[in-house]
Amino acid sequence: MLYTLFQVAPEWWGATNMANAILEVQNLVKRYGDLEAVRGVSFAVEEGEVFGLLGPNGAGKTSTVEVLEGLRIPDGGRVSVCGLDPQRDSAALKHEIGAALQSTSLPDKLRVMEALRLFASFYKRRRNPEELLKRFGLEEKRNTFYNQLSGGQKQRLALAMALVNDPKVLFFDEPTAGLDPQVRREIYDIIEELKREKKTIVMTTHYIEEAERLCDRVAIVDHGKVIALGTPRDLKAHSGGTTRIEVRLSKPESNGTLKNLEGATDAREVGGTYVIHSKRPPQTIVSLVKHLEAQDNELVSLEISSPSLEDVFIEMTGRRLRD
Amino acid sequence: MTNFATLTRMRIQLTLRNKMFLFFSVIMPFGFFFLYAGVIAKGIPRGVRYFLGPVMALTVMGSFWGLSAALVMFREQGILRRFHVTPVTPSDMLASSIVANYVLTLPTVLMEFLLARTVFHVTHFGDLFSAFLLITIGTVSFASMGLVVASVTNTMQETQVINQLIWLPLIFLSGATVPLVSLPQVVKHVGLFLPATYLVTGLQSAIFTAAAPWGPDILLALCSLAVWALLTFFLSAQLFRWEPESKIPRRAKLLAAATAIPFLLLGIWGNKTNRTLSQAQAMFDSFNAPSKPDAPSGNAH
Repeated sequence: MLYTLFQVAPEWWGATNMANAILEVQNLVKRYGDLEAVRGVSFAVEEGEVFGLLGPNGAGKTSTVEVLEGLRIPDGGRVSVCGLDPQRDSAALKHEIGAALQSTSLPDKLRVMEALRLFASFYKRRRNPEELLKRFGLEEKRNTFYNQLSGGQKQRLALAMALVNDPKVLFFDEPTAGLDPQVRREIYDIIEELKREKKTIVMTTHYIEEAERLCDRVAIVDHGKVIALGTPRDLKAHSGGTTRIEVRLSKPESNGTLKNLEGATDAREVGGTYVIHSKRPPQTIVSLVKHLEAQDNELVSLEISSPSLEDVFIEMTGRRLRD
Repeated sequence: MTNFATLTRMRIQLTLRNKMFLFFSVIMPFGFFFLYAGVIAKGIPRGVRYFLGPVMALTVMGSFWGLSAALVMFREQGILRRFHVTPVTPSDMLASSIVANYVLTLPTVLMEFLLARTVFHVTHFGDLFSAFLLITIGTVSFASMGLVVASVTNTMQETQVINQLIWLPLIFLSGATVPLVSLPQVVKHVGLFLPATYLVTGLQSAIFTAAAPWGPDILLALCSLAVWALLTFFLSAQLFRWEPESKIPRRAKLLAAATAIPFLLLGIWGNKTNRTLSQAQAMFDSFNAPSKPDAPSGNAH
């Protein structure tokens, strides 16, 4: 039902014909034998925007990005990056893009600085490898062999290498997959800094937190299709997702009465706390306070959590993202 | 610097840091050298000179082994994928493999000449220019064959099996280990279909009989190996795959077999005219003849 809302209202999520689009995808199709990995994906990315493709593994995110990078030949649709066709103008495009790929590696016995210098040498436009080394916190590792780096250091090097040609568009494919939470936050800081510099970034992720925190706009992808597209805030607002209000009261309360609060859609008791779902949290809270006053009851604690993109995904597909 | 040049430098650096390289490019060739020169030729300068050709040929041919393995490993580990998003082309990648391999093979070859001179007191090395040309074209063409092996195999295991299958006939049927003329009649005829046979006989003619590059035997070896190198390089560039998951179609493997055509023709011709065999026989007879001083033999200049 909501699914159709997103399908019939492409203008709402501004799929195409964006004024400053640096990257456009129209009805992209990609097949591997009998498997149709990408089934008519369309979106556009504005210059200076961080655009996320969010979806479970196998949704077609990586295939989409790899077509944009010129690594895969599309089976249908139209794609343009920096005004270039990734297939026809592949050689020119490669000077304009930078990428941190998924499941990639470097030779074991290549040193960090050598890797940066080597990759910088391939491009017409170059950034100073020394400066990248400093910026990505790899100065101390400059002479370390690639196989002696930790997972986080390898990923920082991958991001630094994506920047060696000062690219117009950056592609980060699952930039934090397989990293522990602390390292993941380090990577977030780096991407946020790039975002402040107004770099255009297209990233894929299956982490909700990542998409909400880093992306200006998100396309939710499932089974090779974009099922929703917009800013994280819009998506959550339009999804009909409800805010979760968790309260503890000094005296027990019957669920029935809490369910009748203004804007509330559901209320239940979970181990001594009351969980209320609301479409209009401010009104619900005001009416809750009034109700408690009338009952001579008191609020002990109150916690509000907004709906996440995960809720949006569940609502639209009936599945959790990481199933 | 061009992409090709920086890639070549990287390949040389990486190879020098690899212990396997030490084995295939240093220990193995020198092992062969001392086996042939010290044991089989008993350290007699004339005998050492006779066997230098086969030893050089083994050094030159050994290159395809490490080359194919390195490229397949690069692909399997997703290293090639990373280069795919850069302006690097398949030809950059392949040509840098070949040139790096050549640069790394030359010192071994030079060392073998030097050892022959200092340890075994060989004073004449025949026509060094012929030898140099053959070593160059031989290294390039066998490296290029290694690239074809890398492009038609999907996994490292497969690569190693194919390498074994190629390596054994190359060294045993070509005269590189057992002199061509001492092989059974049938095997001699089969040997004439192998590129290695022309490299071995050519190098032996150059070093032992001082055959000039424009002489028919050297020219034949040079031209056939050069054509073969071009074919194999072209094919490996066509079949080049960056992605570990992209598999090679069956019919592409047939194309690889097609690169053997020059030597198929040469083999038919060689079997008809008996030219290469009689050249090998002449050298063998000369080597076995009652000892002469170690002086340039054949048409020396």
